[in-house]
Formats: sequence, C-alpha cells, structure tokens
Amino acid sequence: MVVGAVPRLLPGVVGFAEEICITLQAWSFGAATRLRFQTLTGNDPGMEFGPHLLLAVLEGAVGAAVLALTALGLSLVFGVMRVVNVAHGEFYMLGAVVAWFVASVIAGHPALGFVAALVIAPLAAAVVAMVADRLVLKPVAYDPEATIVGTIGILYILQQAALMWFGPEARPVEPPFNHRIALPWYDWAAGEWFYPWGLSTTSYKLFVIAAAVVILLAFWAVLTRSRIGLIMRATQLDRETALAFGIPVGRVYSLVFGLGAGLAALAAVLIVPIQQAHYLMGGDPLLLSFIVVIIGGLGSVRGTVVAALLIGMSDGIISVFLSPTLSKILATLLVALVLVFRPQGLFGTRAA
Amino acid sequence: MLQVDGIEAGYGPVKVLYGVGFDVREGEVLCLLGRNGAGKTTTLKTIMGLVPPEAGTVTLAGEVISALPAHEVPGRGIGYVPQGRRLFSDLTVAENLEVGLMTRGKGKSTREHVLEMFPRLRERLTQRAGTLSGGEQQMLATARALCLEPRVLLLDEPTEGLQPSMIQLIRETVETMRAEGVAVILVEQRIEAVLSLADRVAFIENGRSREIVTATELRADDTLLRKYVGV
Repeated sequence: MVVGAVPRLLPGVVGFAEEICITLQAWSFGAATRLRFQTLTGNDPGMEFGPHLLLAVLEGAVGAAVLALTALGLSLVFGVMRVVNVAHGEFYMLGAVVAWFVASVIAGHPALGFVAALVIAPLAAAVVAMVADRLVLKPVAYDPEATIVGTIGILYILQQAALMWFGPEARPVEPPFNHRIALPWYDWAAGEWFYPWGLSTTSYKLFVIAAAVVILLAFWAVLTRSRIGLIMRATQLDRETALAFGIPVGRVYSLVFGLGAGLAALAAVLIVPIQQAHYLMGGDPLLLSFIVVIIGGLGSVRGTVVAALLIGMSDGIISVFLSPTLSKILATLLVALVLVFRPQGLFGTRAA
Repeated sequence: MLQVDGIEAGYGPVKVLYGVGFDVREGEVLCLLGRNGAGKTTTLKTIMGLVPPEAGTVTLAGEVISALPAHEVPGRGIGYVPQGRRLFSDLTVAENLEVGLMTRGKGKSTREHVLEMFPRLRERLTQRAGTLSGGEQQMLATARALCLEPRVLLLDEPTEGLQPSMIQLIRETVETMRAEGVAVILVEQRIEAVLSLADRVAFIENGRSREIVTATELRADDTLLRKYVGV
C-alpha cells in the first residue's frame, strides 16, 4: 500500500513546491505565523501593535474554528454516552490521513480532491468509530473506567496502523484555492503612510473559519430541530427512560460515537491544507479539546463553542506575541481554576 | 392482556424478584401492593425489559415480550409512567410528548387527544419540563405514556407527593383508560386509593407473589392488608 502510494504522492509534491505561499504554511500554522512575524519585525522594527494583533486574531480564529469542531465531537460523545474518548485525537488524525489519500488519488484540480476528502474522510472516520464502538465499548457495557482504558487502546491501534500504512512523513494536501488577501491596514512611518509588507492572510484560511461556522450552525440545527437530534438529547438526559420509550439506545450510541469521530475528521480535513497530515498529529487537538470541554462544561454545546473560541483565540494570540508553550500553560491554568471554582464548567449544569 | 409468569430478576449480583406472577385483563386496574423494597418497581422495570429477567416470562396478548430487546417492548403498546416521573428535564413539554409519540409512530390526533385530557400542558408546550410544578410534571409523565395509545399502562406511584386535586386528576385518567379497555398496572402506597380504584390487588412480599384478591374482598376483610403492608 505504501509502495503504491508514493508515485501518487509525487504530483502533489511538485504542485506543492510551486506555490511559495503554501511553503510558508508547510510549517504548522503557528510556526508560519511566527516566521512571518519575525520577517515583519525585521523589516520594520517600529511596526505598530495593531497589525500584529490583527494577524494573531486571524490565526487564532482559524485555530478556534477547527478546535470548536473537534471539541464538539468530544463533548457530544461524553454528553450522550458518558464515555471519555481518549482516542478522539486519532479520529482527527485519521481524517487528515484519509484526506491525503483521497486527494492524492484524485487527479485534476486540487478542489476536486479536497471536496471528495471533505465527504469521504469524515465518513471513513465515522465507520471506524462505529466498528470500535461495537468491538470495544459495547462489550464493556460503557463502563466509565473501562471505556477510558478501551479508548486508550483504540488510540494506539489507530496511531500505529497509520504509521504502518501511511508512514512517518508529514504529507501535505493542496488547498482547493489559496489567494493571498492583503489586509486593509496602513502604517504611519517616516512621515508617510505605507502598506506593511506581508500583512496578509489567505482566502483558504477565511474559508476554514466560514466553513466551521456553517458546520456548527448545521449541527446546532440538527440537534435542536430534527428527530434524530431529539433522540440524541433524550438519550443524553435519561438513558433508561429513553429505552422505555422505544429509543434504541445501543444504536444511538454507535451513531453518536461515529458522529463525534466524524466531526473531528471534518475539522482535520479543513486544517490539513494548512498543517499537513502526520500520524502523531492527534495529540494537540486531544489536549485542547479536553481543555475546551472542561472549561465549557461537559456535554454543553454552547459552552463548548464559547470555550473553543476563548482557547483557540487566546492560543493564537499568545503564541504570536509570547510563546506557544506559555499559551498551553495558561490554558491549563484556566482549566485548574475552572475545576476549583466552577467544576461544572462555564455553561455546564451541575451533575444530578 | 398482559401475563407475568414466575419472573426472577435483580441488579447484578443483587436478586430482587424470586418469582412474581400475575395477569391483568383489558379494562382492568391491577394494583401491586407491598412494603418498600418488596420488588414492585423492579417488577414494572422487568416488564419493560429494563431489567432482564433471569427466569420466567412476560407475555403480551400471546406474544412473549420478555425475550425482546428493551427498546422494542414499548412499541408493542406498553406505556410506562416511572417512579419519580423521569421526565427529560431539559426538553420542552412538546418535545417530551414528541418522544412518546415517536415510540409507536402516533401523530397529531393522538397528541390532540392527550392535550385535551391535560389542557394545562397545552399552555406550557414550549416550557422546559424541569421547570414545571410537581403536579404538572406528573401530568406530563402520564401524558407522555398516553402518547403511545397504550394497550397496557404501567403507573409507578403516580400520586406520590401530589396535592389532592392532582391526585383526583390522575385517578380520573386511570378510570378513563380503564373505560377505554386499557389494562392498567398501578403501584400505589395509599391504601384508600387502592381500595377505591383497583379491580384486583396483587400482594408482593420479599420479591415473591402472594395472594391476588379482588378489591371487593379486600374492602370487606383487611387481614391481608395488615399482613403484607402493615396497616
């Protein structure tokens, strides 16, 4: 499988090298920002705080958008099934890896491969998750402690399977479009207005933000307006009574576990043109999702989205101005504070 | 209509039922009486399939339903009003009713019929169930079960903690169901309610079925009440 995949990778690599703009983004997007930040300060040491903040906010918004989707999957699974899914980050990784496979198989305009990946990768992750639910979680009767151990097992199986079949390399997916968009910001220096070099974002990054907003709204609509949403909410509130009203709780659990994994995979497909697919990429989103879900309140959709914005934005901004490590330290500190002063999370309700 | 034969059941290693059996006919109200912990609630849960029986069978109109997966039992036409109401507290009144309607694919006309029985709920349709008063919550729990158009209705202490006017409403509802030919199994602690409402009474003691007598006999002679309930 690996041997067959390499020639298909080559056109992707060539196309990749053509665009300088993407080369910058071959780094993780945090690293790309820092690179650009250094260029900016190198050119113009006196540049204002404002442009940096604008860039940082944009980077933060991309991170927040993707984080909101990923954390929502984790929150949904915990809320309905009371399962702490330690393997959540691996479904994210799976989404990115499948996106790469799909994009490298489909020839033609990169948008074709991307759109195909947008459909296939979440479905593939959902199917894997549903099989894992039947093989691992159901046999331990969704016992809260056993499922933690079980999902740790799923984590390693998926990670090592990706290493075997996908390999240890980081591999890019070409964005469907990637125009440089200059930001409307002018600086005053040496007695005249000038336009700072490099102060730009890309159309794809704006697309990621917009796509995440659309997906979140669609998810919200399904959860609150549709019959399957009603079934999921009823199961979340009272599993036994749901059974007593004919709700097939076992099937709902499978579906929810698949949906949670699908959301993570969808987030990964959106980010993979910026961040590259790698078999170890699941760690960070898992940690950040846990932080978001704890701060927002376990099982609360609104809390998850608000906390994802808070953590994603502050992660972006603090990473640009200070350091990514500091942003993780502060986020973890925030978790500690929330656990001490408001253990149910910002929007959670106290456990019954 | 519903027949329970020698069911034994429990929660994990803790066995609660050691052989419970009775039957309830169409248009009949059967009361389960017994002390706290005798196994009345567990009996209802076993009928619903929520507690899997280790032995014995539950038969509904000739079909053995105790072998079915739990989520298929209510679809056969058993409406359940659990102890403590167990509403979906974050869902609205309308959504709680919708869950009941979905169970057997009932539609608007059933919903209208149920709302006519409990007009108060119509005023509260968009309100979260958890914010209703105790009496309204009991109405909703009952209405949700009636949304199945049940053949058998299980009520677990429906009047617990309610004011007299609400108790009267629940009582009238049970009488209406009986008149419509529904088989009703009622778990009730208040003896006077049992005596005036029940057609027959099945005593349960320490997880075992004891005498099953008509309410008329019980009204004439309270020996059994003294023996099994202690009043």
